[in-house]
Amino acid sequence: MEQMLVNGVVLAVNYALIALGITLIFSIMNILNFAHGQMFMVGGFVVYYVYGVYHLNYFVSLVAVVVVLGIIGYCFETFFFRRIRKVATREENSMLLAVGTALLLENLALSIFGEKQRGVPPVVTGVFRFGSAFLPASRLLVMLLALVLIVGLLLFVQYTKIGRAMRALAQDRELTHLMGVNVNRVSAFGFALGAALAGLAGGLLITVFGVNSGVGNVYSIKAFIMIMIGGAGVVPGAILGAIVLGFAEAIGYALLPGSVTYLLIFIGLIIFLLLRPQGLLGKPWG
Amino acid sequence: MNGSGGAAPGNDCLPAGLKLRFAALVMILLVVIPIVLGRSPYYITVLTNAAVLAFISLGVWVTFSIGRMNLAQGAFALVGGYVTAILSTRYGVSFWLCLPLSGLASAVLGALVGWPVLRLKGVYFAMITLSLTEAIRLLALNGGVVTKGATGIVNIPRPGAIGLFGLTILPEFNGADPLPFYFLASALLLLGIVGVWRLSTSRLGWVFRSLRQNEDLATSIGINVAKYRVIAFAICCFMGGIGGAFFAAYHQNIYPATYTIADSVNFMLYCFLGGLGYILGPVVGAFLLIIAFELLHAVQDYQTLIYGILMIACMLWLPNGILSLAARRDAKQRARGS
Repeated sequence: MEQMLVNGVVLAVNYALIALGITLIFSIMNILNFAHGQMFMVGGFVVYYVYGVYHLNYFVSLVAVVVVLGIIGYCFETFFFRRIRKVATREENSMLLAVGTALLLENLALSIFGEKQRGVPPVVTGVFRFGSAFLPASRLLVMLLALVLIVGLLLFVQYTKIGRAMRALAQDRELTHLMGVNVNRVSAFGFALGAALAGLAGGLLITVFGVNSGVGNVYSIKAFIMIMIGGAGVVPGAILGAIVLGFAEAIGYALLPGSVTYLLIFIGLIIFLLLRPQGLLGKPWG
Repeated sequence: MNGSGGAAPGNDCLPAGLKLRFAALVMILLVVIPIVLGRSPYYITVLTNAAVLAFISLGVWVTFSIGRMNLAQGAFALVGGYVTAILSTRYGVSFWLCLPLSGLASAVLGALVGWPVLRLKGVYFAMITLSLTEAIRLLALNGGVVTKGATGIVNIPRPGAIGLFGLTILPEFNGADPLPFYFLASALLLLGIVGVWRLSTSRLGWVFRSLRQNEDLATSIGINVAKYRVIAFAICCFMGGIGGAFFAAYHQNIYPATYTIADSVNFMLYCFLGGLGYILGPVVGAFLLIIAFELLHAVQDYQTLIYGILMIACMLWLPNGILSLAARRDAKQRARGS
């Protein structure tokens, strides 16, 4: 039982990073980032190469993740999504574009990184014990790092100038423009930041689960589940969704065989959406 | 909304011109191709695949017509495939009975799942249907003795002969000759096109379009929105199920991984590439992509990569699909002529 709780906390904190990244992009751009899981996967591979293959410091590899994913996110926004906002005639256009970017990233990764499952040596060794539960030090590190990042992100969005601009953008794009905010620059920065968060989550979780170029869709779906539970575009909702999913997974994996957990999560999700289509904390709509 | 304008040109003023084009399509599919390519099983196989994938994509087009982006079509193709696989291997039911039953099973499941899920719109609907594709795959994987898990169901019998009063109307399908499957696929596709065409020009089609433009407005003039969107979704799932059943009998096997998220995305891509405003959009999209990639052997390793690039390029420079180019040309000619 305690073991489940410990695993649940580790998962929930890391999933919160993923959910916050996709929420950030969704709320300021009104675009669902289908490539979020693929960005997670690329982040994992960056750590694999920088830390695992070239033996640089783990924290250096995390900085590399931020740089690489930041550039990817920035380019996606500047070259693809900015244009689609101008030419799109249907809401579906931007969604399909997002699906296209996901396909692009996944297959580029498949060509560059190959199909093998990759892991990295543990960053720290040792095991802590809580009652009957064991917590490897590497998982504790991952959890603490994720916590620091989450708190840092929330403070950043709350108190910095560009953070305020992003929140304003989420509320009203045109009005923000009128207030003299460089909307294009802030959007690109927001996309880069969201992508970096996805990559960081990948860089953290590779030390626990490893990564391969096919995991993208799995994590995209996890991100979707979290924001459907919490309510899309709501920051507390994203965190709540991450907590629910993290614990559901930890409990399910402990008690049920393999993929039955996710089957039950999906069934639960559909029933939940029947009762509350806007999620736990989302605003009611349509 | 600007998008509403894109739907009409394919549907409003068609009768004579479209009937002619349809007749041409029938001739090409059922007469020209079998005569020209009948001796090369390879091309017939490619075209068979294209025809049925186009048929499945037509279903996705129907959900687009109510303004929902459906990423669950792979799931319903899988359901249809498993229904045929189970009925024919375990209970010895004839393929010709399995085919409609598979469609029906998918449609019923689609209606049951669709009823709650269709309350979601836009990206929410896309997210939940994407999850649904994964959920059905997991269901097949964990189906125990019913679906046989990851080993899948193999040795699904091919369609048998159809006879009436001792007369053989349709001979038994055998492995050596791909033509019978080709004819079945073409027939399915043509029926699908006629069905969807009839649908979208009927009252139902107008109701669907009204749902896409504004559900609230549709409700206010007395349209039972919940009922009609479930109908549209069930039609889509029916076509997915039929397609899945066909492929189960055609490949004689089915696995949980036969249809994945990538397939659901591809069905949607065919619709978009051809053009969402046109009934023939998914057909054109599917045939173009599938044939193009079969011809370009050299790049087959990079097929999905190119799909991704194509999808992005299509969204950026041709957001209304290939058929919008033809429509533009038609409009120009008309302007010049008058």
